[in-house]
Amino acid sequence: MSGIIDKAIGIHAQALQLRARRAELLASNLANADTPNYKARDLDFRSALTEAQQTTQLVTTAPGHIASQGGVAGAETLYRVPLQSSLDGNTVDSQMEQSRFAENAVRYRATLRFLGGTISTLMTAIRGE
Amino acid sequence: MGLFRIFDVAGSGMSAQTVRLNTVASNMANAEVVSGSEQEAYRAREPVFSAVMNALQGRDATVPVQVSGVVESNAPVNREYSPQNPKADKDGYVYLSNVNMIEEMANMISASRSYQSNVEVANTSKQLLLDTLRIGQ
Repeated sequence: MSGIIDKAIGIHAQALQLRARRAELLASNLANADTPNYKARDLDFRSALTEAQQTTQLVTTAPGHIASQGGVAGAETLYRVPLQSSLDGNTVDSQMEQSRFAENAVRYRATLRFLGGTISTLMTAIRGE
Repeated sequence: MGLFRIFDVAGSGMSAQTVRLNTVASNMANAEVVSGSEQEAYRAREPVFSAVMNALQGRDATVPVQVSGVVESNAPVNREYSPQNPKADKDGYVYLSNVNMIEEMANMISASRSYQSNVEVANTSKQLLLDTLRIGQ
């Protein structure tokens, strides 16, 4: 995809991917709500998005080199600081995770709406109506 | 596409909680079982959950859950003096299970709530994917 379409879509494509990634993390937290010693994870959306926009890929020139996971996949996951730790070492707070998951889903939909608007604008321009 | 992997994660959560509900069901069903010796007495079972960490997963976002085993409770087994029971030992005692009904009820509620939250996660993800398919229409 080049030029004009990329520009029109802008930040929303990466934002959508990051929202999906955050949904994965929160789903993992909820699935492991009863796993001993599981540490809840999340990502800092703002810094992850900034990072995804300005990624430089490392060049791998030898088989021993490890490729950098640039872009959205390279966003760093952080461990959550528990409000109240439990005896089995699990730091998942189901209620908080559920509300975060809901919030993330709403924001995912918002990004989808932005993208839909942009696409219909582009279609209008293409059809010349 | 990341959202598809959520189905695996939520599914693993649901199946783990199902195992937990199953152990609760067996424990409750066998709560009144009597046996002739302490070794044979029914002991409450419970599953041990663990996270599936793939080797070298690095920054992989999804962590499903698995049941790594079922352990038997080591709470003391109660015995009861009931010489008329055909299973009674030579001193007239029968051995009851060590199932704690209150614990089992609490466990059941917790398991079903966790199951429900996994179902919600899967439903929301499905809806988001369907919305994504309809993008630009």
